[in-house]
Amino acid sequence: MAEDDDDIILADLDDDELVQQMFDDLYDGLREEIEESVQILLARGWAPYKILTEALVGGMTIVGADFRDGILFVPEVLLAANAMKGGMQILKPLLAETGAPRMGSMVIGTVKGDIHDIGKNLVSMMMEGAGFEVVDLGINNPVENYLEALDEHKPDILGMSALLTTTMPYMKVVIDTLIEQGRRDDYIVLVGGAPLNEEFGKAIGADAYCRDAAVAVETAKAYVARKHNAMAAG
Amino acid sequence: MSGISDSDLTEMGLPPGTDKGRVLVIACGALAREILDLRAANGWDHLHLACLPAILHNTPDKITDAVRAAVDKHRGSFDSIFVAYADCGTGGALQRACDEMGVEMIQGPHCYSFFQGNQDFAAKSEDEITAFYLTDFLVRQFDAFVTKPLGLDRHPELRDMYFGNYTKLVYQAQTDDPALTEKARACADFLGLDFERRFTGYGDLAEALERAAKGEAAPRR
Repeated sequence: MAEDDDDIILADLDDDELVQQMFDDLYDGLREEIEESVQILLARGWAPYKILTEALVGGMTIVGADFRDGILFVPEVLLAANAMKGGMQILKPLLAETGAPRMGSMVIGTVKGDIHDIGKNLVSMMMEGAGFEVVDLGINNPVENYLEALDEHKPDILGMSALLTTTMPYMKVVIDTLIEQGRRDDYIVLVGGAPLNEEFGKAIGADAYCRDAAVAVETAKAYVARKHNAMAAG
Repeated sequence: MSGISDSDLTEMGLPPGTDKGRVLVIACGALAREILDLRAANGWDHLHLACLPAILHNTPDKITDAVRAAVDKHRGSFDSIFVAYADCGTGGALQRACDEMGVEMIQGPHCYSFFQGNQDFAAKSEDEITAFYLTDFLVRQFDAFVTKPLGLDRHPELRDMYFGNYTKLVYQAQTDDPALTEKARACADFLGLDFERRFTGYGDLAEALERAAKGEAAPRR
């Protein structure tokens, strides 16, 4: 986006200009520049949560929208995510110290037989950026892994990901096990992955199919709010 | 098959011959050479071939509509049509479409499976989830299918984000071609993966095509 990046002294920009520049740098996948900008904003007294939401998540929202609209493609999104990750690594230890708002919690993992994690990692990062506590189980998870993590962390949300049409049916195995154990309704179950669609999500008994990371965050927020409202009413 | 380039098969596919024929095979462009070779070897002169662009492999959600359109376009000109695709990431959509249209397709999840033999592939699949497969065609067209779409030509630093969970590249060889084997080995090196060459020949494709050539129905899943 910005053609004269080399000429820009980040520290010379005022706050608004710097946030705009961070949007550009995220879009261009410039990790070092993002890390430097985060440090500058911290030094100026910005709260870590404010940097996260206004600069990083704000920038990634633009990237996500352009990906959805076919303007950006997977390589560019990965570069942007890598840049955001650089900023997140600085902010993450500070967020706990500064009492950032907590939206809810999620256990997420790629299902058994599947080693693909690009989409799942994006969801994890964006969920963390939105204030969710995320326990990422990684790849190739049998049902036992999910159950153990649900027992241990008692999350609001269970997220499952698959890239292959041969592995996505395993999501139903996990959901059916939860039903058998009488605990399906204890969790909001969100599913995602390239070969999935809304129809599949409904068919296997998930609460929602999320077509990308941004949708996952919005869906998670809506379901958690609904769950909390129901608990308050009950 | 002379005069037809792999890059044309990747981007444009192959239109059918204009002769009135009995059987039309509508195939993925990645199978064109193998199907034409089987036709020549078996003398299936009544079998005609039309290929869709092989690059649809990278966007499987577009395969079913493309196959449906091709069947609609050609069905009036042939006695029978056979779809030389497996599920290929369509999540059962292609099978449902073929059932609706009354045409047969190849059994199995994808070409890696039917080239190796569906039974053998399924038996080994749990032990090979970290394998990345290439066929003869995909080795020849590695840049078009892997390097460029994944942006590895522009951003080689993304390699491990894509392939970090894979451990080996399995080259499923349809032919004995030392030069292609070396290219496949170079692909493995490029991706940072171990290399294994596995000769498959045409696997279940040969049997499926024979049934199509003889006008026999393939077994349903």
